[in-house]
Amino acid sequence: MSRSLTADVLVIGGGATGVGVVRDLALRGIRAILVEKGDLTHGTTGRYHGLLHSGGRYVVKDPQSAQECAAENEILRRIMPHCIEDTGGLFVITPADDERYAETFVAACRACGVWVDDVPLAEVMRHEPRLNRKLRRAFAVRDAAADAFLATEANAADARARGATLLTYHHVTDLELEGDRVTGARCEDLRNGEAVTIHAAYTINAAGAWAGKIAGLAGLDIAVVPGKGTMVAMNHRIVNSVVNRCKPPADGDIIVPIQTVAVLGTTDIAVPDPDVFGIEPDEIALILAEGEHLVPGVSRMRALRAWAGVRPLYRDVAAVDDRDIPRTYKLLNHRTRDGVAGFVSIVGGKWTTYRLMAQEAVDLVAADLGIAIPCRTAVEPLPPVHGAPKSGHLTLGGRLRHVESEELYGDVICECELVTRRQLVDAITTGGAANLDDLRRDTRLGMGPCQGGFCTYRAAGLWHELRGADDAGGADAAAALTRHFIQERWKGLAAIAWGDQLRQQRLDELIALEVLGVDLLPAAVIADGARHPTVVTEHAAIATEYHAE
Amino acid sequence: MPATDFIELSLDHCIKCTICTAACPVSAVTDLFPGPKYVGPQAQRFRRDGEAPPDDTVDYCSGCRVCNEVCPTGVKIMEINTRAKARIVESRGVPLRSWLLGYQYLIGRLACGPLAGVANLFANLRWVRVLAEHLTGIAREAPLPSFSGYSFRSWARRHRDPHAAGATGRPKVVYFHGCATNYYEPRVGEAAVAVLEHNGFEVIIPEQGCCGLPLLSNGIFSHGRHHHQYNVAQLYSYAAQGIPIVGTSTSCTLTLKEEAPELLAMHDEQTRVVAEHTYDIFEFLRLLHERGRLNTRFRRIKRRLPYHAPCQQRAHRIGRPALDILELVPGLTMVESEAACCGLAGSYGYKVEKYRIAMDVGAELFDFIRASGSDLAVCDSEICRWQIDHGSEVYSVHPIELLREAYGLAPGA
Repeated sequence: MSRSLTADVLVIGGGATGVGVVRDLALRGIRAILVEKGDLTHGTTGRYHGLLHSGGRYVVKDPQSAQECAAENEILRRIMPHCIEDTGGLFVITPADDERYAETFVAACRACGVWVDDVPLAEVMRHEPRLNRKLRRAFAVRDAAADAFLATEANAADARARGATLLTYHHVTDLELEGDRVTGARCEDLRNGEAVTIHAAYTINAAGAWAGKIAGLAGLDIAVVPGKGTMVAMNHRIVNSVVNRCKPPADGDIIVPIQTVAVLGTTDIAVPDPDVFGIEPDEIALILAEGEHLVPGVSRMRALRAWAGVRPLYRDVAAVDDRDIPRTYKLLNHRTRDGVAGFVSIVGGKWTTYRLMAQEAVDLVAADLGIAIPCRTAVEPLPPVHGAPKSGHLTLGGRLRHVESEELYGDVICECELVTRRQLVDAITTGGAANLDDLRRDTRLGMGPCQGGFCTYRAAGLWHELRGADDAGGADAAAALTRHFIQERWKGLAAIAWGDQLRQQRLDELIALEVLGVDLLPAAVIADGARHPTVVTEHAAIATEYHAE
Repeated sequence: MPATDFIELSLDHCIKCTICTAACPVSAVTDLFPGPKYVGPQAQRFRRDGEAPPDDTVDYCSGCRVCNEVCPTGVKIMEINTRAKARIVESRGVPLRSWLLGYQYLIGRLACGPLAGVANLFANLRWVRVLAEHLTGIAREAPLPSFSGYSFRSWARRHRDPHAAGATGRPKVVYFHGCATNYYEPRVGEAAVAVLEHNGFEVIIPEQGCCGLPLLSNGIFSHGRHHHQYNVAQLYSYAAQGIPIVGTSTSCTLTLKEEAPELLAMHDEQTRVVAEHTYDIFEFLRLLHERGRLNTRFRRIKRRLPYHAPCQQRAHRIGRPALDILELVPGLTMVESEAACCGLAGSYGYKVEKYRIAMDVGAELFDFIRASGSDLAVCDSEICRWQIDHGSEVYSVHPIELLREAYGLAPGA
């Protein structure tokens, strides 16, 4: 079983950058195919805290990143307001921080062109009643919250509408080389084991933390350091705006209010393999202890989940610590760098600069291909996708407003995140979803307080109703989906099993085991050689292995 | 964390078990109310200060607190809902009807007294109610109480304590009568005073205003705050001396004890001291009995009577003190209803779009009372009594009236 496809450009990686690249290509009329080994945003994009940087975080140590962020911040607010909640951001000096840093910070903001404003503390406390009452200074910046799932989906939908092909669950097994030129890639379709060869004049490696692995397939060595960052989502929005410690960037110094949660982040630990990392108890302890400086009592509030993502840090300088590696991106032209033509890697960077990274990569590739059409992604608005507001900015109340205005409260499948039956049916029948976790990325299924404790079964039932006929395994497939999603959700709960969330887990466990006997469902291992054509729940290539210490 | 927001923070205790929604008397009878879990801890995660309230259905919460009572994890669902309603009012303005229901005591003040007969006649004319329904949205069928020909306070001014002569050093108690006793049912206050004096207390009836609950439940928090501040100012000096404050209206006493301080985040010393010294009258009498100080020389009353513990009484979390005391009366058998709510829930059932819901909620209680065959029902809350009279057509009294009868104290004494 094999098939063969041809395009002008092959993009590897279905995160923010790769999808941004494929949309940029499509806007310039360049025929492109994107391959992603999992679902779109399955990697780092889907695991980041959701900050749209003002640039403030980098003004002192990394001014280039700061300037890029400040410029991109304004562009993204313009082209995709429906994916951005304009929460505003604060940099605050807590009693644990050096007050003298304030002057350094403000001066650096001015120098970098990052908007900053000194805010009276009384006003801060009115807007943020849970913040530490002993704050010494506070500065407002243009930080915001971005829904990376929606944004990536909007880019993908627009790229598809303009003729691009996006193939998820296509795992690159090798690069095609003709002499010193990369001419495409060989992939495996993880849903059916089919071999897929893609021929392309140019290949853009946008695999993020996995970019080193991809380049290695061509025998190239690029120093991508997967920098693990662990985050803790709190059960509800404990702050209204993004809150940063005003001090040199360090672990646990930020709270991002995103959708219904507030994310405490992050740690930064280099890991050898972007597919193998764990969440250590001391990381969680550190994040909560640091969070106490910002919101006293936060460590006793209900944590919803902990998870980790891997930053695609690029080390081209001698940096002692992960935190010292610049957050700027780098475009590597392998023809000039390594003598391998038809292949570029776009590495480093961050979500906020994804569009700029795509622009720079596509500028180079288009020039090489002799295409003179300029980039339009900075001015061409992204049409909102399903689940995003039709106009205006994303708001916290939007989903509730939708359910209320359409009187859909009898038709809510995921009650915590207000996912309606209609949204789920759309995601099951029209997207490329291969399991319930993909539906989660499309709809926020199971992302609320009960972490799928109730909606998993409803969603699996719907899936079976709508797609059971296609899944060779029938009910076995539904059983596999159920178990897979429960395990996926459980993964993020083990690290924070105390208090209210432990009580929730106990109820979820009783429902799963005592009421429904999920552990007694027929074993349906969906693995190599015995795959269901549309269902992927386990595959070595996409499994993130959390190892317990 | 600031003490102001433990109500909202309590949403974190929700484990989505749905027990509240299963027990909710409103969502059991209408699809217009998605249930306490949905409008409470669930919707609260989508509300943000500074953003227009995204939802409307929380308005169908009657505020009966059955959800709070059954919640296994302690989520303050009803309070979350009431604050959400207040934010809606703050953002969209106060409708005329809410002003009328919130300030109904002002109407009581005008109509109580010599004009009561005319006012009652007028208020119950069909065309008046139809017109009022069209103009204000107050349901034409909803049970309006009758204005009294005299106010409780005017009775109290004339009243002479029969035990006062020669008695010195009697313990004191403050009586909080509430608006309903003052303008509609002075008989309840008279009974309370008689029972307390019979037990050797000097009853003090200080100046007092509406407890503010009708304003709070209609989302008019700023006015509710003024009322509570006024009452705290009137009552504090007594509470500070350790003089108990007792009330016959379970909703007024609940407001003094808990609802106003919590909903309005009033955590000052005076508010706290007043709250700590406030008792439901039967809670107070039961305490007396526990200390062996209650006069238990009762006449035999050979009756079997249906009793309904109102939602606001249950929210005190003090058991059923009225039953505990009435049990001491020889011959008297009280049969407690298991109905969740009478439906009226303060001003809820007066609203035209909610009248039917309120009647459907109350149906179980009405059936229970009718099935008892009794021509008299007993209930601590005035609002519930009006609804019981309306829904079951059985006359109902406050248990304190029954206790006065058991003491053999004649009305008007």
